Amino acid sequence: MSTPDTSYYMNLGYTFFFIVMSIYVASLYIRTRNLKRDLEMLESMQEDENKKKKKS
Amino acid sequence: MQPRPIALKILDVVSIIVLAISAYLALFFAPTELVMGDVQRVFYFHIGTAWVGLLGFVIAAIAGISYLVTKNMLWDRFEVAAVEVSTVFFFITIVLGSVWARPAWNTWWTWDPRLTTAAVTELIYVAYFMLRTGIEEPEKRARFGAVYTLLGGISAPITFMVIRLFRTIHPIVVGSASGTQEKMGMTGDMKIAFFFALFAFTVIFVDMIWHRLRLSDLQDKVEQLKLKVSM
Repeated sequence: MSTPDTSYYMNLGYTFFFIVMSIYVASLYIRTRNLKRDLEMLESMQEDENKKKKKS
Repeated sequence: MQPRPIALKILDVVSIIVLAISAYLALFFAPTELVMGDVQRVFYFHIGTAWVGLLGFVIAAIAGISYLVTKNMLWDRFEVAAVEVSTVFFFITIVLGSVWARPAWNTWWTWDPRLTTAAVTELIYVAYFMLRTGIEEPEKRARFGAVYTLLGGISAPITFMVIRLFRTIHPIVVGSASGTQEKMGMTGDMKIAFFFALFAFTVIFVDMIWHRLRLSDLQDKVEQLKLKVSM
């Protein structure tokens, strides 16, 4: 009995694996970057509020 | 946010290296299986992702218990991280299994006990995130999450054990097969690729959990600051 050529399915499996992993890692990176931006914006807003309070 | 610690940077590099080695062992080092051909090489990543997927669900259940006992939100963040990373890995497991099944069983999917319990487990944890987003109050959300993962965690050992308890066409890799069940035999080189994949995915899992935990910390800070600014 000869070994069947199932390399198409192997390539399909590994391609899928690396695509999903890349998407997940990218999602972690993008979410972190967006939250950092939010944090910076909120911190500057808080600083502005503190300054206003001090003036008044 | 704290800068990325040195240990995490090292773990990132190690994760990439072990993933590359594991892919090399699976794709080139391990011999071609005579009956199934090259598609059998999918098995190394299929088992590796299944291992960390199920491990993460059990860890999430333990984190849930820890939250219920201590009421410390750190456990809730840990639980979310474990569930999210494991859901991604377990999704990959199911799809890789389906890709393997097509040439081996001549079908992409069959309602075999192992495949069914795996699909149910995945859906339980997809629903976890959908339900969590519906709860506004952080403590109520954490309490709900803890109880949910505690109950959901039961599905992980069931999925692992089901091929040993019921008649199934899914091959047994760990442990001994009985009756009509198929036992997957491995040569020495296959075992090296297999055990290295388990090790590699454990390292990658820890790395991803750490990154996801840092993301949760950041989310918490932003939420708290939003409340302060809006008051």
